[in-house]
Amino acid sequence: MPQKKAVSAPKADGAPAEIVIDSADSTDLKLIVRLDALTTGNAKPKYWKHLLEGSRAHPDQQFFLVARNGTSLTGFIVGEIRAWEFGSPPCGWVFAIAVDPDHRLGAVGSRLFDTVCQRFRKAGVTKVRTMIARDSQLIMSFFRSQGMMAGPFIELEKDLDE
Amino acid sequence: MKLQVATRHALFAVLELAAQADRQIAASDIAEKYSISPNHLAKVLRTLGRAGIVEASRGVGGGYRFCGNAKRLNLLDIIAVFEPIGPAAGGREAGDDTREGRALRLVMNEIEDSTRATLSSITIDTMLKIVRRTTPSTAGAPLRRAVVARSA
Repeated sequence: MPQKKAVSAPKADGAPAEIVIDSADSTDLKLIVRLDALTTGNAKPKYWKHLLEGSRAHPDQQFFLVARNGTSLTGFIVGEIRAWEFGSPPCGWVFAIAVDPDHRLGAVGSRLFDTVCQRFRKAGVTKVRTMIARDSQLIMSFFRSQGMMAGPFIELEKDLDE
Repeated sequence: MKLQVATRHALFAVLELAAQADRQIAASDIAEKYSISPNHLAKVLRTLGRAGIVEASRGVGGGYRFCGNAKRLNLLDIIAVFEPIGPAAGGREAGDDTREGRALRLVMNEIEDSTRATLSSITIDTMLKIVRRTTPSTAGAPLRRAVVARSA
């Protein structure tokens, strides 16, 4: 397997490069942590390692996919099938997606989302959900563009020191 | 939430023009499809033109053309051209300074924040996808056919 390098720049002519969607492996972890830190400003190596291990232990329930462009990693998505939370029948949850800013508008996110949805369908679920911060306009616009609409649940919370 | 008439006209016009971004469409065709006042629509289109969302060309075959970025322009961008929206939109009202008034404002702000988040997350490109997924109403079919026939 070729040595993976840091997130790379796009092709000079701006044309979409050959993107391959694949299950993540342990050698991707460093780049996943780096890409997440780049997009969120927060490095969470233990968190991503835990998710990666989960996807390898339960490959029919938990999906950790990456988008590769040659030797570089241009994005990733994490999804999981959860059942009966809040009374909901089994459905797919997407709870992380990131695309290298230099590779956006090249359908990388769409390819990742389509692939995780295929995995969900293959596992027998017919609904996909996610939860997004209300002020995260970019990511919410992305999921809207994939056909997602508001669902039947409303997230509620309170400060416990009240 | 109820949109003002001019805002609805603007949204219909932008969707119509963005769906066929490579051609110019007469304001009268848009007005006919949506059963709206051509005069009112003309004013709305001028406002959209000043906002840089559509552009007009005069003469034979003239009309309007969408000139925005459908993947970036969202519903809130268009609505904000025609009406205020959000917590500051209503201004101060009687009772706002009472505890009850502040509690009511908290709840109303929750609704308004959610509304803004929804409208700002739906681009014109996404809205056109939703339109394509929406089952057509049989009531409007004859009119739509007439418009298509005229423009063919």
